[in-house]
Amino acid sequence: MSGINLASPHGAALTAAQDVEGRSLWQDAWRRLLANRAALASLIVLIVVALACFILPSFLPWSYEQIDWERMEANPPSIETGHYLGTDTLGRDLLARVLFGGQISLTVGLLATSVALLIGVMIGAVAGFIGGRVDQVLMRFVDLMYAVPLTFFVIILMVLFGRNFILMFLAIGCIEWLTMARIVRGQTLTLKNKEFIEAARAAGGSTSSIIARHILPNVLGVVIVYVTLTIPQVILIESFLSFLGLGIQEPMTSWGMLINEGAAEMESTPRSLLVPAGLMTLALFCFNFLGDGLRDALDPKER
Amino acid sequence: MLSFVARRLLIAIPTLWAIITVCFFLMRAAPGGPFDGEAPVPPEILANLRAAYHLDKPVMQQYISYIADLAHGNFGPSFKYKDFTVTELIAQGFPISAQNGLSAILLAIFIGVPFGILAALRQNSASDYSIMGVAMTGIVVPSFVMAPILILIFAIGLKDTPFQLPAGTWEGGAIKHRILPVFCLSLVYIAYLARITRASMIEALRQNYVRTARAKGLPFRQVVVRHALKTALVPVVTFLGPGIAFLLTGSMVIETIFQLPGIGRYFVQGALNRDYTLVMGVTILSASLIILMNIVVDVVYGFLDPRVRYD
Repeated sequence: MSGINLASPHGAALTAAQDVEGRSLWQDAWRRLLANRAALASLIVLIVVALACFILPSFLPWSYEQIDWERMEANPPSIETGHYLGTDTLGRDLLARVLFGGQISLTVGLLATSVALLIGVMIGAVAGFIGGRVDQVLMRFVDLMYAVPLTFFVIILMVLFGRNFILMFLAIGCIEWLTMARIVRGQTLTLKNKEFIEAARAAGGSTSSIIARHILPNVLGVVIVYVTLTIPQVILIESFLSFLGLGIQEPMTSWGMLINEGAAEMESTPRSLLVPAGLMTLALFCFNFLGDGLRDALDPKER
Repeated sequence: MLSFVARRLLIAIPTLWAIITVCFFLMRAAPGGPFDGEAPVPPEILANLRAAYHLDKPVMQQYISYIADLAHGNFGPSFKYKDFTVTELIAQGFPISAQNGLSAILLAIFIGVPFGILAALRQNSASDYSIMGVAMTGIVVPSFVMAPILILIFAIGLKDTPFQLPAGTWEGGAIKHRILPVFCLSLVYIAYLARITRASMIEALRQNYVRTARAKGLPFRQVVVRHALKTALVPVVTFLGPGIAFLLTGSMVIETIFQLPGIGRYFVQGALNRDYTLVMGVTILSASLIILMNIVVDVVYGFLDPRVRYD
C-alpha cells in the first residue's frame, strides 16, 4: 500500500510544479485520529487530567495528607479556607486527595501496562516467529493461565506479601499480558512469511535482530491500540483492590480508595463519593474512546 | 464428542493440581500467619493452635495431607470461623452467590443480546449510537461506583416512597432485597453482551450464506434469527463461559457492598483475616468452575457452528 494519498484535499491543490510529498502510514493514521472528534477530545481531556493530577497539587494550599485541625469534620467547599472542594470527615482537603489519588491510579495504570506490554510482546513475538515446539509450549502456558482465577491470585499476593505499591503493579502486569501475547503472536504469524522478512534473513539477519528490527515495528500499531485499552482495565483492577481495602495503604490514596471512603459517608456528603467517582469515570471513558479511535486510525481495514 | 469432553476433563486435573500447589506454597511462604491477631497470643497457646491445625508439621507433610483431604472432598477447617469447616462455609455461601449470579446472567442475556442485535440491524443510526453509548457507560462505570450511587438513589433518596429498595440487608433472600445487587451485577455484562453481539452480528450479516438465504427469498426475520444469529452467538458464548463462572462464584465487590453472605464476601474476609484454608477453598472452587465452563463453551460451539469438529 502506498503512503501517498492523492485523493486528499491537499493532493487536489497540488500543481504539477510541486513535488508530491510522501506521507508515511503513521502520518495517515495521525490524520485519521485528528479527524475523529471523540478520540481527539478524549486525548485532550486525558492530557489535562494527567497534568492536573501531577502538577496542580503543588500549587494547592493543602496537601493530600494534611489534616486541617481547625475543621475536623466534613466541610463545605469554600475559597477562603483553601478547601476548594471541601474536606473529608477527617478534615483533609478533597481536591488535593482526588488529584493525588489520580496520580497513583494513573501511575499504576501506566506501570502495570508497561509490565504487561514487555512480557506480552516478548512472549508473543518469540512464540509466533520461532514457531514449532517453542510456540506450542508458550501458548499452552497462556491457555493454562487463562484458566486461573487471576484476580484471586493478585489478592492473595497482596495480602501475603504486604500491600506495597511495586508489588501491586507487578502483580497486575503479570496477569494482563496474556491477551497481549496472543495478539502479538497472531500478528507475527502473518508477518513472518512476508518478503521483507525473507529479505532480512537473506541479508544475514539473526533471529533476534529480525524480531527487534522488522517484526516489532510492524506490530506496534496493534500494540498501541491494545495498550490504550489495557490502561483503563488496570486502573479498574487497582481501584477494585483499593476499594476492598486490599490495595494501596494509608496515608497514600487512589481513586478506588477515595470512592470507598466516599461511599461510607455518601449520606452526609455525597460529593466525597461523586468527585473521585466522576473523575475516574471521565478518565476511563477517555481511554476507551481514545483506544477505539486509535483502532480506527491504525487499522482502517477494521471499519 | 464424548471422548473430547473426557480428554478435556483429564487435562483439567493437572491444571487444577498446578493451581492448588502454587496457591498452597505461596501461602506457606508468606510471612505472618492466621493467628497474628491484634493482641499477641502467648507462645504456649500459639503452639497449641498450630498443633491443632497441623501447622507444626513439615510443609511437605502438610501439603500431602491437604491434597489427600481434598481428594475426599474435605477442604479442611476454617482458621477464623472456628466452628465451621470450609466445606460448610462454601455450602452456605455458594447457593446465594450462584442464585444471584444466575439471575444476573439471565438478565444480561435478555437485555444485552436483543439490544446488540437491534444496534447491528440499524448500524450507524441514532438508535445504534445511543445503545452503544449506554453500553460504553456500563463498561466504564465500575460496579463499585454504580452500586453506591444506586443505593444513594433507591435506598436513601427514595426513602418512604413505594420505589424504595433496601440495601445492605439480606433477610433470607427476599426478592426485594435482591433487586439492587442483581441489577448491579448484571450491568457490566449487559454492556459487554450488547457490544459483542453487535460486532459479531454485523460480521455475520455480511457472510455469503446470509446473502444466499436472502436470495432464496426467506423472510428477513427468519434469516436474522436462524442464519445470522446462530453464528453471531459464538463470541457471545465465548464471553459468557468464564463470565458465568465468575458470577457464580460471587462478585466480591457487590457482596461486600450489599453485605450478602455469599462466597465472594467470604473470600475477601478470608483474605483480610489470612484464613488460608477458606481462601484456598474459594479459589479452588472458582478455578474448577472456570475450567468447567470453558469445556462447556467448546461443546456449545459445535452446536452453533457446524464447521467446528471435535477431534
